[in-house]
Amino acid sequence: MQVPAPFEYQRVGTVDEAVALLDRLGDTARLVAGGHSLIPMMKLRLANFEYLIDINDLHDELGYIRVEPGLIRIGAMTRHRELLESDELAAAFPVFRDAERVIADPVVRNRGTLGGSLCQADPSEDLSAVCTTLDASCVIRGTDGERVVPMEDFHQGPYETAVGDAEILTEVRFPVRPRGSSAYEKVERRAGDWAVVSAGAALWLDESGLIADARVGLAAVGPNTAGIPGIAGALRGRPPAEELWARAGDIAAESCSPVTDRRGSAEYKRHLARELTMRVLRRAEARINGQEV
Amino acid sequence: MTAVAANGHRTAFVDNDRKPAGHGRMLRKEDPRFVRGRGRYVDDLQLPGMLHLAILRSPLAHARVLSVDTALAEAHPKVRLVVTGAMLAEKGLAWMPTLSNDVQAVLATDKVRFQGQEVAFVVAEDRYAARDALELIDVEYEPLDPVIDVRTALSPEAPVIRDDLEGKSDNHVFDWETGDAAATEEVFRRADVVVSQDIVYPRVHPAPMETCGAVADYDAVDGKLTLWSTTQAPHAHRTLYAIVAGLPEHKIRVVSPDIGGGFGNKVPIYPGYVCAIVASLLTGKPVKWVEDRAENLISTGFARDYIMRGEIAATREGRILAVRTNVLADHGAFNGVAAPTKYPAGFFGVFTGSYDLEAAYCKMTAVYTNKAPGGVAYACSFRITEAVYLVERIVDCLAAELRMDPIELRMRNFIRPEQFPYRTKTGWVYDSGNYAPTMELAKRLAGYDELRAEQARRRARGEIMGIGVSFYTEAVGAGPRKDMDILGLGMADGCELRVHPTGKAVVRLSVQSQGQGHETTFAQIVAEELGIPPQDIEVVHGDTDQTPFGLGTYGSRSTPVSGAAAALVARKVRDKARLIASGMLEVSVADLEWEKGTFRVAGDPDAFVTIQDIAMRAHGAGDLPEGVEGGLEAQICYNPENLTYPHGAYICVVDIDPGTAKVTVRRFVAVDDCGTRINPMIIEGQVHGGLTDGVGMALMEMIAFDEDGNCLSGSLMDYLIPTALEVPDWETGFTVTPSPHHPIGAKGVGESATVGSPPAIVNAVVDALSPFGIRHADMPLTPSRVWEAMRGQPVPPV
Repeated sequence: MQVPAPFEYQRVGTVDEAVALLDRLGDTARLVAGGHSLIPMMKLRLANFEYLIDINDLHDELGYIRVEPGLIRIGAMTRHRELLESDELAAAFPVFRDAERVIADPVVRNRGTLGGSLCQADPSEDLSAVCTTLDASCVIRGTDGERVVPMEDFHQGPYETAVGDAEILTEVRFPVRPRGSSAYEKVERRAGDWAVVSAGAALWLDESGLIADARVGLAAVGPNTAGIPGIAGALRGRPPAEELWARAGDIAAESCSPVTDRRGSAEYKRHLARELTMRVLRRAEARINGQEV
Repeated sequence: MTAVAANGHRTAFVDNDRKPAGHGRMLRKEDPRFVRGRGRYVDDLQLPGMLHLAILRSPLAHARVLSVDTALAEAHPKVRLVVTGAMLAEKGLAWMPTLSNDVQAVLATDKVRFQGQEVAFVVAEDRYAARDALELIDVEYEPLDPVIDVRTALSPEAPVIRDDLEGKSDNHVFDWETGDAAATEEVFRRADVVVSQDIVYPRVHPAPMETCGAVADYDAVDGKLTLWSTTQAPHAHRTLYAIVAGLPEHKIRVVSPDIGGGFGNKVPIYPGYVCAIVASLLTGKPVKWVEDRAENLISTGFARDYIMRGEIAATREGRILAVRTNVLADHGAFNGVAAPTKYPAGFFGVFTGSYDLEAAYCKMTAVYTNKAPGGVAYACSFRITEAVYLVERIVDCLAAELRMDPIELRMRNFIRPEQFPYRTKTGWVYDSGNYAPTMELAKRLAGYDELRAEQARRRARGEIMGIGVSFYTEAVGAGPRKDMDILGLGMADGCELRVHPTGKAVVRLSVQSQGQGHETTFAQIVAEELGIPPQDIEVVHGDTDQTPFGLGTYGSRSTPVSGAAAALVARKVRDKARLIASGMLEVSVADLEWEKGTFRVAGDPDAFVTIQDIAMRAHGAGDLPEGVEGGLEAQICYNPENLTYPHGAYICVVDIDPGTAKVTVRRFVAVDDCGTRINPMIIEGQVHGGLTDGVGMALMEMIAFDEDGNCLSGSLMDYLIPTALEVPDWETGFTVTPSPHHPIGAKGVGESATVGSPPAIVNAVVDALSPFGIRHADMPLTPSRVWEAMRGQPVPPV
């Protein structure tokens, strides 16, 4: 049995309580949500905190998927399983269901949360890639109130985020635009494994059927999940076409920075960045046209 | 149609209808407790006053231990004891023998020789405190250059790992050869076709669900040590503890309770067991040690780790003439291979496979490296997995060279049924076999010809599909005591059977189940011989105070050895029952006919007694025939006259995503021949498990190290084992070629699928990739390696 070093444990009932406690304890404390990343790291003694603040009781307050005109707001304590099972979310952003189907296993999905996934800031994390793809913004609350941080500023390196010591991520917001769809693909060595590489894409067409915008988010090919801004520029204003997906794939492969590890060689991962980018763009377009759900 | 009662429920099985008591499908007697979570494993044991032990392990692969400061750990309020290698050395317990007559450090005294090696241990009031106190021990190391790449281990510049061995000036463990080098060279010289291939079988780990552990309880008053431990061989362990620790053997009781998987991992004695014993002796309290997952993966017995060069010689028409191989074996820091004494490479000598050859030769060199010791029989019956992988891979290479269908090539070269018993060119005597029907059945079940047609259609569309074939012959059931022993203990097994007055029975085995279903299978073996229903037969195993001596369960030896013992002891009881029956029926024994469970008087349908009647008579009032003692029991120690040689034909179908190079095992057909089938349901279950194991090794499993000797596979996130999602619905079939020397004709089957499946899967992947000019790619065939193969350059895993 692997056991963590000693720590103090406190359950909190409100966000304000959590923030107050964090403010008092500083960087010796850590929030625990689903705990499926943090607790194993503590058991392996790769992470040691003096205090754990358990925020699972905040699920009532922060566990929600709210679909509003032009915006979907998801509470940070929304669990993987809720994201997987939400038909409303899947209708607006199929990328979520695609991704959730390949995240870990049912046990992890029953506990793990959107906020926990983003705050863990693992470079291979699938939901981070989804949020990058969908141009999400993150609502962070601290003692001085709320601030909103765009996804590209949220991750500041492996396992580092914009969330301060006395702050908590409360909500993630996703802009909804018309005539769009999205998709996600992951290559893993085994079901439930972290991604060798995974890719999300979102595509929007204008009224004439030309590409209005395109976004791609890649996991496991850099220090953080990577948005590939060059792709939007290359695709905007053009009609969807196989050559464009290939062009986007090339840009993705050129723009990412994978490293060789036990999951695969850097060269293979670069190849996957290209291949998966093409696949998800192709599938997103097919979905816009109702050819695939 | 016969119904079998299991725990109050009746389940109907079709193929048991002519055998109301005995062999046939039957639910496992042990499963009600397992599926209810009522199994009792080592870690479930709670004893009054029990203390907890944790082991400090080396972070470095090779370093001199300069000092170990335990003062802070000893000051921890919950710590009762801290022990270092130096303290063990004072008691003469710092080193212990391995299963291969090498020695291994219990706790390091001079150097650490692999990452994860035991350096000190702490005993505390709870396991949290024990673990915390490890961080209070200050060890000063002087790092030394490690030997990690096995190919450099024998270079003159390589640091000497085992300077503890007197006069040791290199990292050489042994050289071993088998077969006839000159005769093989002669055949190779005149052969039309010679194919050679470098083949790596990477280091893998058995990774049982339950890690290793023990509870040691020394009672100072009666001087008795009870050790509950995760062992596949409780009797052998007891004898070794007696020899090593100097405790009298009758004052040691080893109990192996429910075991959560062994796969060879629980054959060796690990330092942790010895530490627990020492801790209990020193504290006078029961002491529990249960390793965590990382400790299990980085420090306990690995398997495989052979770098092989395979060569095959044949005629242009596809007649295989000879196989030759050169092997470099990585044995880690201590030679802890679990194999019979005369077989330092286990049964690798069966690398000649299922083929009638003119010559064969193997030369092997084994070396030390700064990696965990072991070399256990991981579901492989002593290195047969490596042997079968080598020959089945190289035969496929030959088929590719000859542009011949791999099944056709195998069929042309099989040992023919009339050649059995068949002596191979490396000296193994295969007891029985009839290979062609097994291969034909697999071919038919798979729809092989249609699969080849489908493959052609898919290739034309740019899809990547492969069909892989393997055919294995295993040598299991070690073994005849004239040839086989482990540390001097003969590999025979005992069995005791006692029939109670009411006709219920208890059978006591020397082997120990780790999930194989012994409580069912052995009850069925006795039931078949005596006619007592399996439900009425209690199977006792895993407790040295309760069972006869024997060498335990590994290498698929339970049914070949102990199964034979159980059948023979039941026949001994039946012979006695016959004498009693003759008295009861007042006829001579010659007039009695045995019909399962009943003795009848020939020609008189109304004159009969059942085994239950006889049991009561044996214990009851009234005279027994002259010379017959009361009671109805017997015991036996069975010495097998030969190994048993099961065989099988496997066909695997894979699809490879052309874009991501990910391999999907679409279909897998397994036809196994293990001779007489005792419980087909249990056999199929074992085959399913072994096939899944094979998928793991072929596609994902490997214990890897970086150049500093850090183990990169110390968790189940890094050491991947397959799930239900990676495997297809298994398609199984069987043929029956009984063993001529086994009392019921049974052969071992527990490891067959682990042995046979990796080559079938790799052969399928290589077949799929043949349009890319590929003839070989090493395991594990991760997407990355397959992608490299598609580009013509698969990188070996070492």
